[in-house]
Amino acid sequence: MTLQAELRVHRDGFTLELDLVVEQGEVVALLGPNGAGKTTALRALAGLLPGSRVTADGSSWDGLPTEKRPVGVVFQDYLLFATMSVLDNVAFGLRARGARKAEADAAALRWLTRVGLAEFAKARPRTLSGGQAQRVALARALATSPELLLLDEPLAALDASTRLRLRSELGRHLRDYPGHTLLITHDPLDAMVLADRLVIVENGRVVQQGTPREVVRQPRTDYVAHLVGLNFYRGVADGTEVRLDGGGTLTVAEPARGPVHVVFAPSAVSLFTERPAGSPRNTWRAVVAGVEQHAHTTRVDLDGSPAVFADVTTATVAELRLRPGDPLWVSLKATEIHTYAR
Amino acid sequence: MRSRLPVVLVLPAVVGLAFLLVPLVGLLVEAPWGTLPAQLLSAEVGQALRLSLVCASLATLVCLVLGVPLAWLLARGDLPGRGVLRALVTVPLVLPPVVGGVALLLVLGRRGLAGQYLDQWFGISLPFTTTGVVLAEAFVAMPFLVISVEGALRAADPRYEEAAATLGASRWLTFRRVTLPGVMPGVVAGTVLCWARALGEFGATITFAGNFPGETTTMPLAVYLALETDPDAAIVLSIVLLLVSVGVLAGLRDRWIRA
Repeated sequence: MTLQAELRVHRDGFTLELDLVVEQGEVVALLGPNGAGKTTALRALAGLLPGSRVTADGSSWDGLPTEKRPVGVVFQDYLLFATMSVLDNVAFGLRARGARKAEADAAALRWLTRVGLAEFAKARPRTLSGGQAQRVALARALATSPELLLLDEPLAALDASTRLRLRSELGRHLRDYPGHTLLITHDPLDAMVLADRLVIVENGRVVQQGTPREVVRQPRTDYVAHLVGLNFYRGVADGTEVRLDGGGTLTVAEPARGPVHVVFAPSAVSLFTERPAGSPRNTWRAVVAGVEQHAHTTRVDLDGSPAVFADVTTATVAELRLRPGDPLWVSLKATEIHTYAR
Repeated sequence: MRSRLPVVLVLPAVVGLAFLLVPLVGLLVEAPWGTLPAQLLSAEVGQALRLSLVCASLATLVCLVLGVPLAWLLARGDLPGRGVLRALVTVPLVLPPVVGGVALLLVLGRRGLAGQYLDQWFGISLPFTTTGVVLAEAFVAMPFLVISVEGALRAADPRYEEAAATLGASRWLTFRRVTLPGVMPGVVAGTVLCWARALGEFGATITFAGNFPGETTTMPLAVYLALETDPDAAIVLSIVLLLVSVGVLAGLRDRWIRA
């Protein structure tokens, strides 16, 4: 069964035009920067905003108010009901949909057991840790067996170590869940780990979609390239020469023709104080614009034609004594550059 | 070290404090402590106290049943002219209670706009009855409840209601299980304020319900009456009302005194 959605929301000068298809059992991540319209899309799907046309297996949700839609939502800050016990929170959806109390409580307890929180059934939500609250929110959303599970930045509110643990746990629950899942996130790692397919939105429109592997290899916008950590340019190829739109020319190994995207990893870039000898290399002059320490490497931001990011080792930083304003030579092997049609 | 507090501020502040507290202390000093138990147990005092408590409680009940939904509508309903409605609701708050009483008479009096039909069709006459007392008190006290509950509702995060909707809850179920429990502190505070206001109501009550011992003579009316004939009784009645007010304040201390 396939779920199809056409979202058209216009408000306060912002337009969201998003067509989504989610297959049964598939996890689709809606990935995009803040303000791209991700949460608006979620609210439209849940019926909290007008402007969504959703059909699930031929039956339309149009005109259905939120409470009649077969959706489950895990909100970013979970929104557990503070005046109810954890068990009542999870049982709430079943009770609201007409289940008897004993029945709903038993089902809720089964869900709490599945997320490993059965002993907290009588507790109040505010006594839970962030990770526990997230699991209760997931149990509450799944307890009604929704056709569409919507997750709004489900890991964003957690600290780093909890996040790591819960990411794999959430992945397990999502694999077990037979319905359609739409995950909203601005974290590429969450999206890559949890989703089967990525839909990238910017300014209310889809700019790219594909499997995580496709997106990582061939980003199509600056935002996506930045997410996956690649140097990214647009240019026009003529054989092994690519003239970049923003200035500069690169020599590539695979010949191509016409408008292309050009990517290479920052780790493929070498920096020298003197002009390096040898070929086939691209070499050009650049000036250090910034130096930033990452986990095991140092990222150097260079102004030049083209501007480029380089990841170098700490040893190289020490050797070259990199400081903003320093002139350097940038060198890049043609075989490290990947081009694909625009 | 901070410099000394300026006298121009401290002096009026102390006078103001004294102005508020001295009359209350005077009430306690002047009280006929010897005959107080006897006074308290006298028929008139007991009757007025009982009537006051019953009427104020019934008026509060009326305010709760009508006022909480009204507060919800003002806070959540997507009404045109909501600001104007909100302002209108608060009019009885600033209106002299006597004017409220006159207005009630004009509408619900025996020849009033609605009262004449109540009288003709159902034989119901509201002015100068205990029911009239309840209505007058409810009219004056309801804005206190509505404002308190509406404030709590507007401060409450409406996304919890959205979460309830995604779980399949109708708006009524959401109101009962999510919204109302969430604003309970506001409802309790509003109820206590409302009840205290109803208990002390004088102007609208005496205008609309008159002064008939056992039927419409509540504590404040009894105090006023007794002042002419039996000042000691007036003091005793006043002390009872003072104690009730202090009790209300103590009940609300978490919200007001600590803030």
